[in-house]
Amino acid sequence: MSEIKKIATRVSYGNALAELGEIHKDICVLDADLAASTQTAIFGKRFPDRFFDVGIQEGNMVGVAAGLATTGKTVFCSSFAMFATGRAYEIIRNSVAYPRLNVKICASHAGVSVGEDGATHQCIEDIALMRVLPNMLVIQPADDVEARQAVKAAYEHKGPVYLRLARLASPVFNSEDYKFEVGKGVMLRDGCDVTLLATGLPVTATLEAAEMLAGYGIRARVINIHTIKPLDTDIIVKAAKETGRIVTIEEHSVIGGFGSAVCEALSGIAPVPVCRIGIQDQFGVSGPALDLYKMYGLDAEGICKQVRSFMEQKF
Amino acid sequence: MNEKELQIAANEIRKGIIVGVYNAKSGHPGGSLSATECLTYLYFKEMNINPADPDNGDRDRFVLSKGHAAPALYATLALRGYFPMAEMENLRHIGSMLQGHPAIDIPGVDMATGSLGQGVSAAVGMALAARIDGKAYRTYALLGDGELEEGQVWEAAMLAGNRKLDNLCLIVDNNNLQIDGTLEEVNAPYPIGEKFAAFGFHVIEIPDGNDFGQLEEAFANARMAKGRPTVIVMKTLKGKGVSYMENAVGWHGQAPKEDLYKVAMDELTKAGELLCQK
Repeated sequence: MSEIKKIATRVSYGNALAELGEIHKDICVLDADLAASTQTAIFGKRFPDRFFDVGIQEGNMVGVAAGLATTGKTVFCSSFAMFATGRAYEIIRNSVAYPRLNVKICASHAGVSVGEDGATHQCIEDIALMRVLPNMLVIQPADDVEARQAVKAAYEHKGPVYLRLARLASPVFNSEDYKFEVGKGVMLRDGCDVTLLATGLPVTATLEAAEMLAGYGIRARVINIHTIKPLDTDIIVKAAKETGRIVTIEEHSVIGGFGSAVCEALSGIAPVPVCRIGIQDQFGVSGPALDLYKMYGLDAEGICKQVRSFMEQKF
Repeated sequence: MNEKELQIAANEIRKGIIVGVYNAKSGHPGGSLSATECLTYLYFKEMNINPADPDNGDRDRFVLSKGHAAPALYATLALRGYFPMAEMENLRHIGSMLQGHPAIDIPGVDMATGSLGQGVSAAVGMALAARIDGKAYRTYALLGDGELEEGQVWEAAMLAGNRKLDNLCLIVDNNNLQIDGTLEEVNAPYPIGEKFAAFGFHVIEIPDGNDFGQLEEAFANARMAKGRPTVIVMKTLKGKGVSYMENAVGWHGQAPKEDLYKVAMDELTKAGELLCQK
């Protein structure tokens, strides 16, 4: 078997953005002194007149983005998820989401896979913060192929978008002919005993976990939910009705994030038992990213173990 | 428009403000009345705008960063012809176009504001866009003096100064009062001019921002500044034009009841008659 290619979705973002900038002259890009990390520097180097590194001021960056957008620009602004959504939260709410301005908050280094920098930099609340905002789309690509298309889709959507990107290089599992569609979940594996709904980097571990579960006689359906808002309620309700149990897997707090969104979607239409795998009401810690995945049960073994225990429960 | 005509317009705008907050039974008359001459001057004299074409890409931009002075902006836009003055009676009512703070869908409103400190960032973005596109329009933003306590103002000022945005003109409505008291009692941002100068601004300070002659001179001076943004720090009288509201901290954010509404309207009507006789 050939070596699986690994690319961080932030790198996919940087490349896709520079490509888009070539075609669309209305694109402006802002960064807050992290252009090398968020990969906006690629765009900045190619289009210096449309790139502004505002320095370490995430709140002002988002406000300036809003002002640029009022003049017809499509503005991408980037920082780490912690600062882009946490520090700048109220400015995103009042200056971007409320006036429906064409600003894309593209945040890298989301989740615990930031690794060694530790809790202050590991944002596990951003999905919750962004999906509660009216007018805001929330998209989290799982690999390079999906990420590059997601950037294009974010550009094509007229209005605010939150794009959640990761620091860690992750396996590319989609083929080049994959077609990304905003708001549409993608079934990666069929099954009838339980459905595993995953978003972002843990999608690949979830696929591996499904293979392990097959060894225990558990036939797991796996669906990649790249768009958390608007959520693909149809595919989720169908899965709930057909498999009876749902597991959500996210690199985010289990409070308010993707798992919560799934529970909200199911509660009124197809209430089934849901197991939410993610970070359990606690802050992250420093450590190598993959070790942290293992520690928080987000690796294939951890997911498999939690699903098995969920399947043993009687409701 | 000559100075007397501007004064008459400002008086009509003041009536609109009082009608608005009275009918809304809430709102912010004090900081609306202190900024009335500035808004009148901007919309009737200074800015290149056209109410018949409010979205024209080459128009000058205005951001009311002190968004709570919405009644003053709305009454100014109404008198300038963006929508009928009768809309002021619906201010803050359910279903009304005129939201409590400026909303993006109102004709003539260039940016939604209300959360202090945010409008100035948006204004910097507009000024940057003009530079990218090689357009000649200017961007103006009106800030409260208490608003200067927000850190975001200084983030935006730092960027505007470093990027030498000479198409940007900030105006500080220095009425010296905020909700909880005088600026000194709370957390004074003084000296305001020196602070902006340190951030690379051309600073113009005028002793009376309710005087059209001084405003005219200040805005003309601002246009001359090259290679750096301008800030006009104007001393104003909070509640200006309504005797019992003048320099009274209590009228920051409350509406007059019927008896005081009548007093205010009587005063403004008389002031208007006097102006017309002159």
